[in-house]
Amino acid sequence: MAAEVKELVLANATTSLPEYEASGGYAQLARARTMTPAQITEELLGSELRGRGGAFFATGRKWSFVPSKEQIPKPHYLVVNADESEPGSFKDNEIMSRVPHRFIEGCYITAHAVDSTNIFIYIRGEYSGPYEILVAALEELRDRPDIRGDVSLVLHRGAGAYICGEETALIESLEGKRGQPRSKPPFPAISGLYASPTVVNNVETMATVPVILAVGAAEYAKLGVDNSRGTRVVSISGHVVNGGNYEIEPGILLRDLIYAEHLGGGIPDGHRLKAVIPGGSSTVILTADEIDVGYDFDSLAKLQTAMGSAGVVCLDERVCMVQLGVRVSEFYEHESCGKCTPCREGTRWMTAILRKLEAGDATRGELDLLLDVCDRINGKCLCPLGETAALAVASYVAKFREEFVAHIDEGRCPFGDTSPLDHVLAPVAMHAREPAGVPA
Amino acid sequence: MSELHDAIQLEREKYPEGTRSAILPALRLAQEEHGWLSPDVIREVADALELTPAYVESVATFYDQFHTTPVGRHMVEVCTNVSCALYGAQQVLEAFEGALGCRAGETTDDGAVTLLTIECLGGCGWGTVVAVDEHYRLRVTPEDAVTISEELRGG
Repeated sequence: MAAEVKELVLANATTSLPEYEASGGYAQLARARTMTPAQITEELLGSELRGRGGAFFATGRKWSFVPSKEQIPKPHYLVVNADESEPGSFKDNEIMSRVPHRFIEGCYITAHAVDSTNIFIYIRGEYSGPYEILVAALEELRDRPDIRGDVSLVLHRGAGAYICGEETALIESLEGKRGQPRSKPPFPAISGLYASPTVVNNVETMATVPVILAVGAAEYAKLGVDNSRGTRVVSISGHVVNGGNYEIEPGILLRDLIYAEHLGGGIPDGHRLKAVIPGGSSTVILTADEIDVGYDFDSLAKLQTAMGSAGVVCLDERVCMVQLGVRVSEFYEHESCGKCTPCREGTRWMTAILRKLEAGDATRGELDLLLDVCDRINGKCLCPLGETAALAVASYVAKFREEFVAHIDEGRCPFGDTSPLDHVLAPVAMHAREPAGVPA
Repeated sequence: MSELHDAIQLEREKYPEGTRSAILPALRLAQEEHGWLSPDVIREVADALELTPAYVESVATFYDQFHTTPVGRHMVEVCTNVSCALYGAQQVLEAFEGALGCRAGETTDDGAVTLLTIECLGGCGWGTVVAVDEHYRLRVTPEDAVTISEELRGG
């Protein structure tokens, strides 16, 4: 796989409706409406597109699970997950900002494919920039019934909760409740929003749908590698020269993503790579020796990790892995919705033990306890939040055990304040402080 | 009826009748108008939605963006998640603390600015990301923090 940018989703970037139409925009929607829903779903199955939110489930299959209105006589809903909140991922932000009409076109095509006239786009509350761009784009469509058809599209803003990226928590939140995951089954395809058949798809997935119809499923399925077809927008950040989003074909070497001049551009300021988080902070870490791996589902699975939401975070040799554990664990502790005991209590225990380790006050027994706590979260919750936190932290211990042991043996952090993650103030730590009050 | 009440009714029309879906938009509108969600404001939202204040409060407290304690006229939220921290978010935060004369989680004495740390804002390649009154500033340095602080206290 060539280490090249391959722009399909991000191609011909424009926020303007006339410009988008001039480059063939909304033509696929018009074509799709001449097709039956089953025909569109067939195209998607042929394209081998898998969901770009993180779970990587085949999009066409997901659509095919929606029962007919004869089977369940209720409205169908399309809910678009624009609640991008995974640390390391910022691709949906860029997609909505740069190609809002391609994204909206994908939503309308998908609504037709799942026999829905109701679209809700759940966009994270913090994304005021992309939100305003989408509002402007929808305003441009106000006088275009040919595009809007009989479909209602509501932009629904979240209000700051990572958990609402989980599809059932998102649905709860959209129903006006606390965003806590539901027990599955029933799956949303059968009983989702307002107990009706619901398809929940990610922003990038939606923006890819018109691309697939334009190039044809067979052509699209030639891109990438087995089980990871098409293109993927990858977010690169951290200790890397060119932080940003790059659309590439899966199968590209992770090393090239990080080092190629027109991609990540390497590690800045003469430092050297120590580790890479490959798919957002929920994924198992890779050491610098493990980056000659294809950036695709199968290759990463062989290393027990994943593309996840495609957030590649590079860490150089100054970073203390125990401090990384503290900061990542603090995030999941803060974002745990509190519904399932293993996650609610476990992430708090993980943070507490990691902080003790970092301070040099922990024993070897407590390092074992940390792994035991991780193990007691895994597979015991309704959603993957706690589990991914546990797997990620356990991977730091597995791959950098000598660093954790050094903290115990030396009774201090060997990195101290030379590590950029030293004593970073997380929101969960801030919240733990005494309320200061506000002057009247 | 108040303007807020009317605005909330417009939000309710976007969702199927009999659902509670307008609660997040309603709380956002209320917070935009009043600055924070006091018990009185929660009651006003509850009345407009025909829900109980207890229910509305239970939802409001789940979400980080809703403030159920008073905040300053401006909000500065510094992302201190991993990627931003690697770019020096802690130094940016400390520069804000110095320039504003308050710690993270606090509000300046004149009530102008509340300073918070926040979890990943989704701008990881452009860190340090700081949301100033909900609008992102990218690649913020400690020097920028001083300038932004002066801007907000002057305005």
